[in-house]
Amino acid sequence: MSGRVLVGVKRVIDYAVKIRVKPDNSGVVTDGVKHSMNPFCEIAVEEAVKLKEKKLIKEVVAVSCGPQQAQETIRTALAMGADRGIHVEVSGKDYETLGPLHVSKILAALAKKEEAQLVILGKQAIDDDCNQTGQMTAALLDWPQGTFASEVSLEGDKIKVVREIDGGLETIKINTPAVLTADLRLNTPRYATLPNIMKAKKKKIANVKPADLGVELTSRLEVLRVDEPPQRLAGIKVETVGDLVSKLKETGKI
Amino acid sequence: MMNANRLVVLSKYFQSGQRLLACNVRHAGKKVQQVQQQRLFRTHCRQLAYAKDLFLGLLNKDEVFPYPEVGKEEQDEINQLVAPVEKFFSEEVDSAKIDREAKIPEETLKGLKELGLFGLMVPEEYGGLGLSNTMYARLAEITSLDGSIAVTLAAHQAIGLKGILIAGTEAQKQKYLPKLASGEHIAAFCLTEPGSGSDAASIQTRATLSEDGKHYLINGSKIWISNGGMADIMTVFARTEVVVDGVKKDKISAFIVERAFGGITSGKPEDKLGIRGSNTCEVSFDNVPVPVENVIGEVGGGFKIAMNILNSGRFSMGSSSAGMIKKLITMTSEYAATRKQFNKSLSEFGMIQEKFADMALSAFAMESMAYLTAGMMDRPGLPDCSLEAAMVKVFSSERAWICVSEALQVLGGLGYTKNYPYERYLRDCRILPIFEGTNEVLRMYIALTGMQYAGKIATSKIKEMKKGNIGLAVSMIIKKAMSRTTSSVDLGLTGKDGVVHPSLKESAKKLELSVTHFGWTVETLLYRFGKTIVDEQIALKRVADVLINLYAMTAVLSRTSRSISLGLKKHDHEILLTNTFCDEAFFRNNYMLVQLQKHTPENDEANIKKIAAAVFQNRSYICSHPLDRTF
Repeated sequence: MSGRVLVGVKRVIDYAVKIRVKPDNSGVVTDGVKHSMNPFCEIAVEEAVKLKEKKLIKEVVAVSCGPQQAQETIRTALAMGADRGIHVEVSGKDYETLGPLHVSKILAALAKKEEAQLVILGKQAIDDDCNQTGQMTAALLDWPQGTFASEVSLEGDKIKVVREIDGGLETIKINTPAVLTADLRLNTPRYATLPNIMKAKKKKIANVKPADLGVELTSRLEVLRVDEPPQRLAGIKVETVGDLVSKLKETGKI
Repeated sequence: MMNANRLVVLSKYFQSGQRLLACNVRHAGKKVQQVQQQRLFRTHCRQLAYAKDLFLGLLNKDEVFPYPEVGKEEQDEINQLVAPVEKFFSEEVDSAKIDREAKIPEETLKGLKELGLFGLMVPEEYGGLGLSNTMYARLAEITSLDGSIAVTLAAHQAIGLKGILIAGTEAQKQKYLPKLASGEHIAAFCLTEPGSGSDAASIQTRATLSEDGKHYLINGSKIWISNGGMADIMTVFARTEVVVDGVKKDKISAFIVERAFGGITSGKPEDKLGIRGSNTCEVSFDNVPVPVENVIGEVGGGFKIAMNILNSGRFSMGSSSAGMIKKLITMTSEYAATRKQFNKSLSEFGMIQEKFADMALSAFAMESMAYLTAGMMDRPGLPDCSLEAAMVKVFSSERAWICVSEALQVLGGLGYTKNYPYERYLRDCRILPIFEGTNEVLRMYIALTGMQYAGKIATSKIKEMKKGNIGLAVSMIIKKAMSRTTSSVDLGLTGKDGVVHPSLKESAKKLELSVTHFGWTVETLLYRFGKTIVDEQIALKRVADVLINLYAMTAVLSRTSRSISLGLKKHDHEILLTNTFCDEAFFRNNYMLVQLQKHTPENDEANIKKIAAAVFQNRSYICSHPLDRTF
């Protein structure tokens, strides 16, 4: 076993930003807007670094697909403790249509190339909320998957994963190599301290193109329109239950 | 008639150097003198930075144009560093709790140490981050979000350990800096005493050399020491006996004192109006033994070190105040845009709009000045930017106080309650004009340093004249005649070799006019008062205020020229801000310069002194009550 873990990190609009739709409804405004690492990706990086600190794995490689700015996100992962980074360059039109299927193909190719023992991703990105990349990557690699992980423990060459599902918690044991996706309660990500950021400057980030990995980026999806959620209308106060029923009938609700 | 005058002037030059100043002043051909300056001092050492030459009506545009640039790598680094600090402050810092309990929780302090915020400017080889002044200023914008934390950090590294950093020996640095950078040890700066605040040179704490010459014993007490209760390493200033040219003198020396040396007691924390989470207390030294290796710099050279330390930390107040005001603008504008009265939102009313414009202008000027100064300080060759740093401090502290007060006003009653952070910001802000050198003392420093410089130049010119430099005199006369016919002033900001962007031409002209007018006024004052200018505080206050405005105008012009040239986002707005600011500053300067040109009794200074004298004589207000009767 190589003892190498691949962690995928995505650059998204910061969670605290108020999103605005572009006037032509083709997408959201990203120009000049604050971006940061997807919160679930942060949890994934933290888990990988923890495993390394426990000496259960040897190397953490952070991967990001995107334009030049994706390197900032990789640098943050490096500052949190990843050993090196891989920046898969995707820009312009390709980046706008980049989706989970493309990313999972890229990650699968990299996992094979880097002989990774484990691929850890965030369960979903907060911009598109797809929740697909981890599952697709596992399928492409034909590896077992532990998704929505809230607890991970390595036991020999198997992994015990506690998953957060609708009914409660499910515990499974899977073989390695495997793909895991991190859920909220898996851990609390550390702050990238300033000294670590300075140290991270010396860590390497390799540049790769999707074509080098044999991945084509043509999209099978077309975004027709993006709209803001409907404005919340004002409520109406009524005096009695009778009034309530008549109002509901009036507006055609019952 | 003109010819006769010129001859008279010429002969007077040869008669006595003393009168030279008088002649120059009485005949308003100041431009001549300036041109002369440039010829005599073109090889003048650049170490004096920008502001001093303004006193001569000179604008060293190369010092301040173009606006300092950081490399792409440094900019990436700055952005990387800012993100986790912002995150920490927004998630882990409970400012209301810190203020209420008058304490920074251990957890929070630990987080700050782990982030690396305790050793920002300590070089990497000693375990710090080795940041430049510019990067330090950038981070100060974020740490200022909590006043107590900002002051704790600043007391530790901007002044507490600065002495070791700038004047320490290699051995001292190796010994102390690593633990200070990690935050394992906290530093404090111990200068002020009960009897010596602004008058720092009068401190009484003594350090006496032991019999065996291996230790100094320090005795005395210091007050208002930030981090005084928890500091492990202190920079202490005390009087030592030195022998200068065979004469015994009492001069101040700087010492690195460890609490572990014993004999140090810290009083209870002061109950303060603001920055309540910052520990401030009395520190007493009772025969504290300090090894001689712990003297910083030379024995007897402590005062200079103290001044250097204080000068080097001041500029960051500009960026920290700007950071706070920018936050206030966000918070307050949200309220003003949604709160409705008289069927309109507050943001539609002129008086409210004025407040926001003022806040934007203040933040704009403050950050422009701060980063201009930081950029100048980061230049190789260690330029002396103490004057510029002092100006940034005075401007920022006073404008910040006004802006916070106005922001609170916008919220009305709500702003007055503890449910909102405005009252805490106001209380935290009030210390700004007081500490790190009161604004009164700094104004004197600003004005007198410049006046002294201008006075020296004038005196050396007189010497040149006395040597019989006819060529000098003749060219001056010609230039004087010329300047009476041409009414325009050109200091090189606009035009063919101009450094200011053409869209800012009007404002640049205003700056040039103001600078020239200022140069003349300085001469007038030197002539009128000579050496006694030192006692004319009211006049000096105006001089300092004019200079601060000039520096602010320079900073905004430089910054905006750069923004336009680069095509930065929203640079149109910057042009608007710059023009508005320069307009206001120009007219304020005009008023003050006119006041300075007036001789007493026209300028009210004598009256002010009389009123004050009467008050002090009785130690109270002396008028009879308006309801009193004599019949």
